[in-house]
Amino acid sequence: MKLDATEEQQMIQAMAREFAETAIRPVAAEIDREGRFPHETVKRMGELGLMGVAIPEPWGGSGADTVAYVLALEEIAKACGSHAAIMSVNNSLYCDPVYKFGTDAQRERFLRPAAAGHALGGFALSEPQAGSDARNQQTLAVRDGGHYVLNGRKQFVTNGREAAFVLVFCATDRAKAHRGITALVVEKGTTGFLVPKTEDKLGIRASDTAELVFEDCRVPTANRLGEEGMGFKIALATLDGGRVGIAAQAVGLAAGAFERSVAYARERKSFGVAIGQHQMVQWMLADMATAIDGARLLTLRAAGLKDKGRPYTTAAAMAKLFAAETAMKVTTDAVQVHGGYGFIKDYEVERYFRDAKITQIYEGTSQIQKLVIARAVLGGTE
Amino acid sequence: MKILVAVKQVPDTATQVKISADPRAIDTTGITWIVSPYDEFAVEEALRIKEKRGQGEVVAVSLGPERVKEALRSCLAMGCDRAIHLNDPAWNDADTLVTSKALAAVVKQEAPQLLLCGRQAIDDDMGAVAAQLAELLGWPCASWIMEEAIDGDGKTVRTARQVEGGLEVFDLPLPAVLTAQKGLNEPRYPTLRGIMGAKKKEIRDVKAADLGWAPEPPQLSVVTLEALPPRPPGRILQGDVPTAVKELVRSLREEAKAI
Repeated sequence: MKLDATEEQQMIQAMAREFAETAIRPVAAEIDREGRFPHETVKRMGELGLMGVAIPEPWGGSGADTVAYVLALEEIAKACGSHAAIMSVNNSLYCDPVYKFGTDAQRERFLRPAAAGHALGGFALSEPQAGSDARNQQTLAVRDGGHYVLNGRKQFVTNGREAAFVLVFCATDRAKAHRGITALVVEKGTTGFLVPKTEDKLGIRASDTAELVFEDCRVPTANRLGEEGMGFKIALATLDGGRVGIAAQAVGLAAGAFERSVAYARERKSFGVAIGQHQMVQWMLADMATAIDGARLLTLRAAGLKDKGRPYTTAAAMAKLFAAETAMKVTTDAVQVHGGYGFIKDYEVERYFRDAKITQIYEGTSQIQKLVIARAVLGGTE
Repeated sequence: MKILVAVKQVPDTATQVKISADPRAIDTTGITWIVSPYDEFAVEEALRIKEKRGQGEVVAVSLGPERVKEALRSCLAMGCDRAIHLNDPAWNDADTLVTSKALAAVVKQEAPQLLLCGRQAIDDDMGAVAAQLAELLGWPCASWIMEEAIDGDGKTVRTARQVEGGLEVFDLPLPAVLTAQKGLNEPRYPTLRGIMGAKKKEIRDVKAADLGWAPEPPQLSVVTLEALPPRPPGRILQGDVPTAVKELVRSLREEAKAI
């Protein structure tokens, strides 16, 4: 068993850490407060190659791997959960499936700009009545010559307003249930593609979570990813990768809150000593450090399996479950270590605490991860 | 235009320096090594000159043990075209003059039109190598530069160097040695592509014998290192204002001897 990162992976991590610390962290509180999409820093992340980390260079990506991706993503999340969400969705939920399932012509048009960071991608699976129950797709695409006519409503789409391309899942044959679901790349500006609403959220407030509406939206059949009816398979395969990304985001949020807590425990005094001298605080910090390391190792294992082309569905579910639960627990305790100061916005841990909650919900709730893990334990899905 | 950039690998600025069992050296356990920040300004400026002129070659060069390859790879990731590593145990105890002589031999081999360095390395702060190099090469040298502009023909460089209260402007014929001061530029982050491509670029190992030069003993040697004494804790003067002020003046005069 080898746990050392390669020299390239370490350099990517170091670059991401320095960029996050000097360019992202200083704006994180402000964009959170204003709920403002961070165009400037996201553009720079694209220039640095962080928006298509594991996509091969010929398609606009950086030609690194999933391990490098999660190491970099953790560093970004350590500074700001919103930036991590934007990066994670573009890499894992958009670029990854378009690379994996797209034709060369589709990669040229839909992947290259997103992997190079010139345009953003989104992933539209959830609907008002289809969250965890993703098979229940009500959005309908009806074939009309060389086009699909798309009608329906998508909910909670990260990058939904800013994305130039959205991977939309829809029913093309209701009779076939989930085998009748198809994936289409819909371009921003297509007539009948509307973004009526951006959500006002508890956390990751600077990422744009939007509702998308399709009204007789005509999408060329050339925009279909894979065959008709392959959509659900594409969605599940994509979410496995996405979960590794969210696990990394959760590890980063936990690690960020932990670093602030250690610094605070060293400087804040009570009863005449630094609070880090009190055993109650030491226990919290020790538990935090241990859980974060566990979550990080699970995440790196899942990423390593993906890079080796080995089955990683269960490993990804375990990493996502444990990292998300760790992020929630660690950020809660980080607020506790800060006491009253943790409850106000002057200290960053309040934001980490709010940002952490979504990691237990999106790209499969913690409950869904347990379902995936239990199936593997009881029946073997891999 | 060919540009050589001499860089030094140094402990990260956040390092808590500890003296090792051998009192002439620091304890290197657990140290993160980086390219000295002033040298990064030099690398950045070299890359900008190349980009501005639309052609050229930027070569990073460093002297030191095997770990120095990491620093050179960082330079390659930023965009340097290739690197030269003066890597020989014969240079283990090199002082600034020995370092300069070895580097000068490489500079003569490479024959660049410009040699860029940081104004000093942030570890021992000697700031000697660049000036010694210029002397050994017989090239003009401008230190602590804040601006530079090379003429279209690549024959001269106009530099502005930092002096008290302003800038001092010089025209130097090329080849020349320039040393970078903070403010010259903002070094770029290496891109992921740059990092992934760094391994494909050449790092040439150079031994002392390759330079046809017998290493000479250093004229400067470290006798011992001493840690700074711990800073005494601050003191808050008690009592009402007239009493406290009286005590303050007394302490400043008699203890601190500041007034």
